[in-house]
Amino acid sequence: MSWPALIVLVVGAYGLKAFGVLVLGRPDSTLGARLEPLTSLIPAALFAALIAVQTVGGDETLVLDARVWGVAAGSVAVWRKAPFVVVVLIAMAVTAFVRWQT
Amino acid sequence: MSTHRREGFVLAAAVGIVGVTFGVLADAAGLSLAQVVVMSALVFTGASQFAAVSVVDTGGSGVAAVGSALLLAARNALYGPVVARVLPEAWIPRAGSAQFVIDETTAMASVQETDDDARDAFWWTAIWLWSLWNVGSIGGALLGSVIGAPETWGLDAAFPAAFVALLAPHVRKRPGQVAAVVGAALAVAFTPIAPAGVPLLVAVLAVIPGWLVGRREAAA
Repeated sequence: MSWPALIVLVVGAYGLKAFGVLVLGRPDSTLGARLEPLTSLIPAALFAALIAVQTVGGDETLVLDARVWGVAAGSVAVWRKAPFVVVVLIAMAVTAFVRWQT
Repeated sequence: MSTHRREGFVLAAAVGIVGVTFGVLADAAGLSLAQVVVMSALVFTGASQFAAVSVVDTGGSGVAAVGSALLLAARNALYGPVVARVLPEAWIPRAGSAQFVIDETTAMASVQETDDDARDAFWWTAIWLWSLWNVGSIGGALLGSVIGAPETWGLDAAFPAAFVALLAPHVRKRPGQVAAVVGAALAVAFTPIAPAGVPLLVAVLAVIPGWLVGRREAAA
């Protein structure tokens, strides 16, 4: 990641927080509340897209490999309410194992 | 130690471990230690940081990385009104405190019964969270550089699995489920035909069908 991109991210991330507190957080503002139904769904849409791209995405192509097994195992762990770290470790272990076997 | 201070610490300790994961993944995506330090200290919003380094890791451009990270960070702006009344009123301390308005601090502050407790919970959670997130990130980045090729350890599956855990609380209701399914479908459909990162930006459009479903349910 380039430094200019990182600096834009730093400024942008803080700018959004400051906008929330200083502008939307004024006692007379209703904009935040009106946008909330749309923005509250951004994590669902974006996280699901990230999962999909990182599980089956290649270099402008779709690839099915050991990652699919790891992510499937990690998803079962999430469903079983395993702690975050356990989820990540299970996904890594299963992916590494399938890759080693094939 | 009062309950909310202890809870803030426990939450921050868990987040610190997530920070280790972030550091390892950032290192695998090619970020330098200095970049990891700057990102965790100053960007300081976990999901966006994961998104940025994962886009970089899959070969996406800086624009796509920053774009998807800022889309995720947009929700922090909506936390402003939630915690505004417990933040300092003087302009400069208020602007400074905005840096700490994220998922965890908002969650801890918003469940307290009094404003005093909410203020206390906000700041204790903020201090512990910021400290342990940064310690974790640095530890992870240092650890990452000694473990070698990330694929051997299945680290490329750690990203999506981490996001499955982050997604879970957002798909408990129908609008979130619709947004997630449509978002994933759009991302997969655009992956073979668009440069890396673009499928993610297209996928954000999935909030619209999710919102429509929510509105129809509310009307019914």
